[in-house]
Amino acid sequence: MSASATLETALASALRRPGAPAPAGVTPPGRLDIHRNNIHVSLVEALREAYPVTERLVGEAFFHAMARTYVADELPDSPVLLAYGAGFPAFIETFRAAAGLPYLPDVARLERARLEAYHAADADALAPEALSNVHADALTGLRLTLHPATRIVASPWPVTSIWETNTHDESVRPVDLGSGGGTALVTRPVLQVYTQCLPGRADVFIRALDTGQSLPEAAGTVAEADASFDLATVLQALLTTGALAGYRLDP
Amino acid sequence: MSETATRTSMMPPADPMPARAGVGLKARHYASVVGERPDVGFFEVHAENYMGAGGPPHAWLAAVRERYPLSVHGVGMNIGGEGALDTAHLARLRGVVDRYEPALVSEHLAWSGHGGAYFNDLLPLPYTRETLVRVIDRVDRVQCTLGRRILIENPSTYVCFGGDEMDEVTFLSELARHSGCGLLLDVNNVAVSATNHDHDPAAYIDAFPTGPVDEIHLAGHALGHDDTGAPFAIDSHDRRVADTVWALYERTLLRSGPVPTLIEWDGDVPELPVLLDEARRADTRLTDAPREATS
Repeated sequence: MSASATLETALASALRRPGAPAPAGVTPPGRLDIHRNNIHVSLVEALREAYPVTERLVGEAFFHAMARTYVADELPDSPVLLAYGAGFPAFIETFRAAAGLPYLPDVARLERARLEAYHAADADALAPEALSNVHADALTGLRLTLHPATRIVASPWPVTSIWETNTHDESVRPVDLGSGGGTALVTRPVLQVYTQCLPGRADVFIRALDTGQSLPEAAGTVAEADASFDLATVLQALLTTGALAGYRLDP
Repeated sequence: MSETATRTSMMPPADPMPARAGVGLKARHYASVVGERPDVGFFEVHAENYMGAGGPPHAWLAAVRERYPLSVHGVGMNIGGEGALDTAHLARLRGVVDRYEPALVSEHLAWSGHGGAYFNDLLPLPYTRETLVRVIDRVDRVQCTLGRRILIENPSTYVCFGGDEMDEVTFLSELARHSGCGLLLDVNNVAVSATNHDHDPAAYIDAFPTGPVDEIHLAGHALGHDDTGAPFAIDSHDRRVADTVWALYERTLLRSGPVPTLIEWDGDVPELPVLLDEARRADTRLTDAPREATS
């Protein structure tokens, strides 16, 4: 190992541990804190930008403490910070001080889904009327392709309502936490990210489509999980939001 | 590799950069920039902010690129790092450069990742013959992959190392000479480092090789004192350019002649007119600069 390799390894190690002494030869040693601070402040800021509603729900000070804890354990694995913080919702689930807000991880998942949709690959959405020409006999072989920006977040909590009122309403309206959950559908057919709440286990249906099941197969899969699943409404929602990119008909 | 290396030196930039002032392109200013088309020399973006697959950032940047010259400034290539060059990241950088054909592409004399972790900061390296050879090799590989010359920026530093074998200006001069890269002279970084190491910033400017300098950066910095009472400066990019930095900029232009100059403002980003006003202040000095460089 070369001399500079030794120094970089020592610096990297010291930067990860608050209060650790600077490696020998670093002058003035106390100034290493400027870099430690740069790293932590900038990564906490990246999480704040990615999770604004989560921050609003817990307040700035709480979010800051939670984000700092995450950052200390999870440095980015890539210089592309758009991808940083994907594990933050799962971390919130384990963050004991947030245990009193059981819906918080799913709100964060919805924010993550919206961020991913924002940066996802561009593609033309399937026109809502595109399926009207498909003959009923051919439906058994109909396979739908999701738009690259389409994401789903299933939750037992009304996360779409929580997200909406904390994003769009001038004064936040109360959300009945007992009003039930659902599947948040997120997509971005052109430049605008859309979020819509779908009823029942639409998540099971959409995931089945995404794994390549035909329309009747996916309908069968979701029927096992949700006997009252409203296929027509969910299919209509997928078409009107631009959540689909195409279809193919297998004989 | 030799095939792309040949292309490097042969291919002129798609759209030459004017010797005017530019500003950083911020998401909150996208609509104003495209809609109002302000009179400014160019825009600069951080490459990593455009490494998503699609969506509004690319749609806006494409619209800006149609209207203005563009500079792509990378912050994550880890040019000064000891580990293997991140070829996946280099491929992403190439994707951005191929997509937008910017007039300038730049990176930093710094390291930012170690052992698979990315620190999101520009960290200092010792200036030794060994690190010089390593950085020359890495810059060469980046230039070969991108098929073009890049600029390397002098860092703002807070600490230095006992084992340095040469000063920063010598290191950068040798890097430019051996790799063929250009240099991005960040005048604010010169002021910040000089404060932090009690050096004379004017002497740094006077010694800097202006021939390879294809771009200048200006920014605001924060001043403070540490617990021993010693002054320090932080490269905060969150305010107007300091008067001391304007004076160093004028001193630079006397030697370099007019050079494309960016106003960097990344924290507490103001309304677009404030950025444009700072750019006008740089443009005035560019207009007054001698046409012919004196060195």
